Amino acid sequence: MTLLSLENVTASYGQIAVLHGVTLSLAEGEVLALMGRNGMGKSTTIKAICRLLRPTGGTIRLGAEDIGGLLPHQAARRGLGLVPEGRRVFGPLTVEENLTVAARPGDWTMARVTALFPRLGERMAQQARTLSGGEQQMLAIGRALMTNPRLLILDEATEGLAPVVRQEIWGGIRALKSEGLSILVVDKSLKELASVADRAVILERGRSVWTGTLPEITPDLAQRWLGV
Amino acid sequence: MRREAILDIAIFALLVLFALVAFATGQNFAVTIATKIAILALAGVGLNLALGYGGLVSFGHAAFFGIGGYVTAILASHAANYEPLAFGLPGTTQMLVIWPVAMIVAGIAGLVIGALSLGTSGVYFIMVTLAFAQMLYYLAVSWPAYGGEDGLSFYVRNSFPGVNTLAPVPFFAICASLLALALLVSACLTRSRFGLALQATRQNPMRTTATGIRPFPVRLVAFVISAMICGLAGSLYADLNRFVSPASMSWHMSGEIMVFVILGGVGRLAGPIAGAAVFIALEQLLGPVSDYWLGLVGVLLLLIVLFAPGGITGLILREKRHG
Repeated sequence: MTLLSLENVTASYGQIAVLHGVTLSLAEGEVLALMGRNGMGKSTTIKAICRLLRPTGGTIRLGAEDIGGLLPHQAARRGLGLVPEGRRVFGPLTVEENLTVAARPGDWTMARVTALFPRLGERMAQQARTLSGGEQQMLAIGRALMTNPRLLILDEATEGLAPVVRQEIWGGIRALKSEGLSILVVDKSLKELASVADRAVILERGRSVWTGTLPEITPDLAQRWLGV
Repeated sequence: MRREAILDIAIFALLVLFALVAFATGQNFAVTIATKIAILALAGVGLNLALGYGGLVSFGHAAFFGIGGYVTAILASHAANYEPLAFGLPGTTQMLVIWPVAMIVAGIAGLVIGALSLGTSGVYFIMVTLAFAQMLYYLAVSWPAYGGEDGLSFYVRNSFPGVNTLAPVPFFAICASLLALALLVSACLTRSRFGLALQATRQNPMRTTATGIRPFPVRLVAFVISAMICGLAGSLYADLNRFVSPASMSWHMSGEIMVFVILGGVGRLAGPIAGAAVFIALEQLLGPVSDYWLGLVGVLLLLIVLFAPGGITGLILREKRHG
């Protein structure tokens, strides 16, 4: 059953059109990788899905509901859990407070989040801004999980992190996948995405140009659209 | 217990100790000074909720302070003259009636001003709140029935069951108790999910919406509670002086309340007590020496903002509250 579908979504920043027609779909329990070179519209697509940017055209559906007219907080309450690019935790609040502020009723509790990322459990009383980059990322994921999302959206979740920490984050994402959580993930690491994503959508200049499984991405495709 | 909580209790205890020592040594004037500090700190606690925790730089909180004062003076003067208010309602000299009325009226004003100003941000928010306060200031100036520019006096301090409110120490005890209660409410609020959401909206409203929280109602509720606390402080201040004037609503007063918060420590529970105490101490010590004592307050404020952004309490704790 389709959880998220975008049909020919267009969006712009002021006069500058950024998305020219993004079409994708994500099934319940699926992990979909959103790929493309820098500046191709991946983060803008995520902003449009989460209603942080109002699309200029096309439709966005969550389940059967057209979420095109919702405000950002309403979209979040419908079940979109966003882990934004650059972590962006609430720095002056403690780990516990960051998790508490986002908490909504559901299966995801503080105990479950700290079981997924034990490091958070050890730092509950610590101010978020004093955490390492990796710990802040774990907290950002934990905060999104505390909203009990139907769809977890990860925007460059491992960017700028040490390899060891990245492995820990990817381990967490794989654990979430094994629990059946639907995930939309943006990342540059083809190798890690291949280990977790069921399918991928490639964006090129604000358009979705390719959809398939990750093993289907040939070196030619990767060079042409991903620049690797 | 956290260091900050110990400091909060210590600052409050010092204020109480100061009043008790002043009473024991027969310095009734100093007890009145302590009462003034407690009342102005209460107004600071109110503003701190909006400014410190919500990041709402309101330059119009004197409006709520003044409303509290005018509600008190109007109710008391009608009671003294045996003149009914509108709709035949009688005046009163009972603090237990006056306080809720002052808080409700200030809260309604906070609701209207907040609803109309919270759609703006930054300098526009500052200007809109200032404009509302000045509007109310000029309304008070042009209202001759309640004293107009000269203000409104009432000759006997309002009463509290079982307490001689005319004596300095019992009135200080009332004001200090209400300050302690406001601190407790503020502490509970800021530690609640509502308070955390308020602090999250201060840091990044857009990020907060991504967690499913709409910033506007959170900020509006905080603004209204903040206005109600300022209204209560205004009521006590009117009772302290047995007088209220439009000056209590002027932008100078808004600035003073803001100075208490910034001096003491923005977003610190007991910061407004420390700020108000330092401000009043400078007023008492330097005021008789020079008419330009406020200039020194300005220099002190500049030093605090530049070198100790956590205010006096932040300086003691050696940490900033905000990132």
